[in-house]
Amino acid sequence: MTTFDLVIRLTYLAVATCFVLGLHLMNSPATARRGNTLSAAAMTVALLATAVVLVRTGTVRPWAWAALAAGAALGSAAGLLLARRVPMTAMPQLVSLFNAVGGGAAALIGVHDHARHGASLPVVLEVLIGAVTFTGSLIAAGKLQGVLPGRPLLFPGARLLTGALALTMVTASILLFTGGGDAAFVVLAVAAAAFGISMVAPIGGADMPVVISLLNAFTGTAVAMAGFTLGNSVLITAGALVGASGAILTKLMADAMNRSLTAIVAGGFGGGDGPAEAASAQGRVRSLSADDAAIQLAYAADVVVIPGYGLAAAQAQHQLHELAELLRQRGARVRYAVHPVAGRMPGHMNVLLAEAGVPYEQLADLDEANAAMPRTDVALVVGANDVVNPAARRPGTAVSGMPIIDADRAKSVIVIKRSMGHGYAGIDNELYTGPRTGMYFADARRALSEITAAVKTLVG
Amino acid sequence: MNALLFTDLSVFVLSLLLGFEVIGRVPTTLHTPLMSAANAVHGIVLAGALLIALTADGVLGYALVFVTAAFAAMNVVGGYVVTDRMLEMFRPRKDTR
Repeated sequence: MTTFDLVIRLTYLAVATCFVLGLHLMNSPATARRGNTLSAAAMTVALLATAVVLVRTGTVRPWAWAALAAGAALGSAAGLLLARRVPMTAMPQLVSLFNAVGGGAAALIGVHDHARHGASLPVVLEVLIGAVTFTGSLIAAGKLQGVLPGRPLLFPGARLLTGALALTMVTASILLFTGGGDAAFVVLAVAAAAFGISMVAPIGGADMPVVISLLNAFTGTAVAMAGFTLGNSVLITAGALVGASGAILTKLMADAMNRSLTAIVAGGFGGGDGPAEAASAQGRVRSLSADDAAIQLAYAADVVVIPGYGLAAAQAQHQLHELAELLRQRGARVRYAVHPVAGRMPGHMNVLLAEAGVPYEQLADLDEANAAMPRTDVALVVGANDVVNPAARRPGTAVSGMPIIDADRAKSVIVIKRSMGHGYAGIDNELYTGPRTGMYFADARRALSEITAAVKTLVG
Repeated sequence: MNALLFTDLSVFVLSLLLGFEVIGRVPTTLHTPLMSAANAVHGIVLAGALLIALTADGVLGYALVFVTAAFAAMNVVGGYVVTDRMLEMFRPRKDTR
């Protein structure tokens, strides 16, 4: 090993260490930003070191330098623009898009490696996983953005097609190792890309947090495989870290919905984002006015807010925070109970609340919130549905066994919702017809503004 | 299996285990920024894009380098900036009460 090699390798080791430390610092909101900055600084060093390697070999052709510079400039500009502009409510689809291009880059490196060194197990995995992630993440982003319908897209024979594609990938891989050459490689890449589409298309919007985590884990693994083929340790370490993080989050999300990963990937569960038709139970529902809700809230000593996707869709996080602050000024204790799968990405709701300025000390997790529920005067449910459905405590329903926030155990419940439409699970919510529940039918943003105004005028 | 591959494999497995250990401790509150940060970390694939430029010659090779670099740069720059934007909102606010 020359001195130069040694310096580069030590640099990579330091970079890998900083990635680990950066992720470690993410375990507290107070240090998380520092962790991200450390990780970004390490990334810069790793890229500079790699550029130095390139310069030193002296074999990079001028056109390759130009292609590299132009590509990096274009990609950086696009990434920067999107990262700055996109609203917090659209974060899941943006992360999914960044994940897609990362997977795509890994797959393209696989194409290069195959052309250069021929087939090997890491090359096959790199192309396979990278291509699946690329198309799969694009479909997920399209669904979240509403470009594609959020409901499961299933057609007769869809499962058969997915199965056939999987078989094609295996066959093409075997052919590749037994001297199939470029044709087998092309078939493998195309089948993997098609598989990504056919895997994610049948998965409904409610399962997106799990899918995004899973695809994130895939990209990490694909990048690690690229590290194997390029003989670069920092790619292996970083890829494996991301693979592990994706795997853990996937498991946490699946547990939070009490569904197996196989059931989620099999897809076909739940409906779309659009307002569903009115449910049959409408007759027994007690409807509230803004004044009713305002009086209840203004005289409550202990309020728990349960935000759901409806809040995100209406972008009403600022209105919610304003109402909560008003109640706090009147001496009420206000807490937010956030279900792990509320929103469309793990922890998405926390980001929205943070954007509105809710201090994280006011956030309660599932167990904490449920323990305090019987002492809660008002549970204010804003656009959440399945995660507060008491039917989950009984066997034999679509949501059975899913951990829920026990809103029905509060002394009274106010639900803000556009209609009696169903959640993703597509079943009636018994909370809405409960004896202590009042429903306020409106868009979350308008409803919260009206209640805030009513609190101010009624009890000023 | 040669010694080099064995070293790489060891690094991979140990990094996986380290990842499980470190990330298992992150609270739910930070899961979105965590995922986004992890997303940015796999933007290291840009280093891979640089390395394939070493052997690129011919229009096809240059095109491959261009697209790979564009994808990877978007991943790494966008990933870090958006994570920072999210985390900026998680700063403690002592003035609210």
